[in-house]
Amino acid sequence: MNKLLATLLLAPAFALAGPAVEAAEKQPLNLTAIAMFFVFVAGTLMITWWAARRTKSASDFYTAGGGITGFQNGLAIAGDYMSAATLLGLSSMVFAKGYDGLVYTVGFFVGWPVVTFLIAERLRNLGKYTFADIASYRLDQKKIRTFAAFGSLTVVCFYLIVQMVGAGQLIKLLFGLDYPVAVMVVGVVMMLYVTFGGMIATTWVQIIKAVLLLAGGTTLAILAMSQFGFSYETLAQRAIEVHKGGQGIMAPGSMLADPVNAASMSLGLVFGIAGLPHILMRFFTVPNAREARKSVFVATGFIGFFFIVVCTMGFAAMVIVGTNPQYFVDGDLAGKIAGGGNMVAMHLAHAVGGNLFLGFLSAVAFATILAVVSGLALAGASSISHDIYANVICGGKADEKTEIKVSKISAIVLGVLAIILGILFEKMNVAFLVGLTFGIAASANFPILILSMYWKDLTTRGALLGGFTGLISAVLMVVLSPSVWVTVLGHESAIFPYEHPALFSMPLAFLVSIVVSLLDQSAAAKRERAAFDDQFVRAQTGIGAAAANDH
Amino acid sequence: MSNKNNDRIRANPKFRELAQKRSRTAWGLTALVLGVYYSYMLLVGMAPEWLAQPLSEGGTLSLGVPVGAFIIFFAWACTGLYVRRANSEFDRLNAEIVEEAGK
Repeated sequence: MNKLLATLLLAPAFALAGPAVEAAEKQPLNLTAIAMFFVFVAGTLMITWWAARRTKSASDFYTAGGGITGFQNGLAIAGDYMSAATLLGLSSMVFAKGYDGLVYTVGFFVGWPVVTFLIAERLRNLGKYTFADIASYRLDQKKIRTFAAFGSLTVVCFYLIVQMVGAGQLIKLLFGLDYPVAVMVVGVVMMLYVTFGGMIATTWVQIIKAVLLLAGGTTLAILAMSQFGFSYETLAQRAIEVHKGGQGIMAPGSMLADPVNAASMSLGLVFGIAGLPHILMRFFTVPNAREARKSVFVATGFIGFFFIVVCTMGFAAMVIVGTNPQYFVDGDLAGKIAGGGNMVAMHLAHAVGGNLFLGFLSAVAFATILAVVSGLALAGASSISHDIYANVICGGKADEKTEIKVSKISAIVLGVLAIILGILFEKMNVAFLVGLTFGIAASANFPILILSMYWKDLTTRGALLGGFTGLISAVLMVVLSPSVWVTVLGHESAIFPYEHPALFSMPLAFLVSIVVSLLDQSAAAKRERAAFDDQFVRAQTGIGAAAANDH
Repeated sequence: MSNKNNDRIRANPKFRELAQKRSRTAWGLTALVLGVYYSYMLLVGMAPEWLAQPLSEGGTLSLGVPVGAFIIFFAWACTGLYVRRANSEFDRLNAEIVEEAGK
């Protein structure tokens, strides 16, 4: 049934795709890619159907019953993090800027150990379905959950926009579909995964996609490096000959010249990971803290390996793609890349493996976006149904079946919203939204999460005021920054001179939380401080933690 | 979870031992990884020429490339260290605490 639906939905898209008379960027129909993509979607929809039959309780829907193993979850988490942004964005950054791309990549990675050391175990011991469970553990449930839902949904929405716009543009380029149609296809398939299959389906979609991405990326890197005799030295020599930066690509360049921007960006990247709701949610799918920490270890390994592969791709592309006029607009080697700057990895795939490999990688890239979008939608839907509906509105006494229903409806609403936003933001350069998303996660979600887990004196008032301070200041600073205030809104000069807010908004959030908590002498505050001791026992030993059902 | 049980657990010296060891390991490794990373960033900002040095005489590949890759590997290795310690020592302590609390 689902398969039929998907086919029917895609059919009119082909009719619209017909003659490629549109803007020069839309490529003709890539049949290999479409065929492979179809196989993937069909396969995963079958998994969704299988998953739907096993999803009976709220625990199944939100956390796959807690029965995912450490290794499986590690792959799923890696899948969530190795989005199209990493495959395409990082490789094209290395291609364009050389070493600066590697510096950025390292920054994008180094937050993972922090998650292992400080977050993974306590998160699993203290929480049940969402990270708001932990933030509100001993504090006022309604107020903190409302804030946590705000923080989560903000991050989810921005992240969704980035993914949807990326998906739309990618599909438009590779499959020859119209942009709005492409966006709608992504949105609809995502809604199917989440609504019918919940966390079981999205986890397995992530795992499959992660394996495909790792396999495809590694193969690509090996094929590319074989052209240089597998020697990085040879690659380097050829690269500096052809790249306009010359020897400069082997050293840090101008990208991180401004220390404040660099520090702010890196702070956001490092601590933002611990504030991404769809990543945090994955920690509840494993049976206990031991599997939770194992899954971060596995994820970290795969992500690290993949990042090195992607950087290799970028450098290799300098020579393989950068000297081939067929990958440039009008064959002009000094001009723009065909299809846009992000297409470097795709062109590399075509160059070393022909249309077949390009088709495979395109399908994988698309699958990547689909999987991440599903994870985001599930995180958003859980926030709405578990935090807001079940706990705030129903005071913790919601009927489980209704809670799941609310979840599914939320997933659909989020899907529709994602489609609308994706279509609206088509022309906008959404690259800055990635930084913003991490910056908000680092400023709003992370401070409250870590303080609630580690600091005895945190009170509801402190958490609320600190959290909202982080959230509002981060968003405000980005709105007033050059990329929005000047580029998008067209003002003269930016009120907030930096691109990234985290250096300011994150410490601010901590400061407000700490000061307000310390000053809070109400009766509620005393109770909350006293409750820390019990929370600490559970955090350390796992006694009383939400157990796993049989998966 | 009754308070009395938690009080007993907290009174157990093994609990303090576990909490302290875990805390020292976790924060220590965090400081190590972030320290290495931010030192690297300082190099990038203040002394990029050092990273730009070629690996060998007359070579092209700069020192910075393996340094960057090493940091990724190092961060992951630290994760492995923590997981290994937690899987053996911490989980053993934890199991003892839980068992003694049950008595």
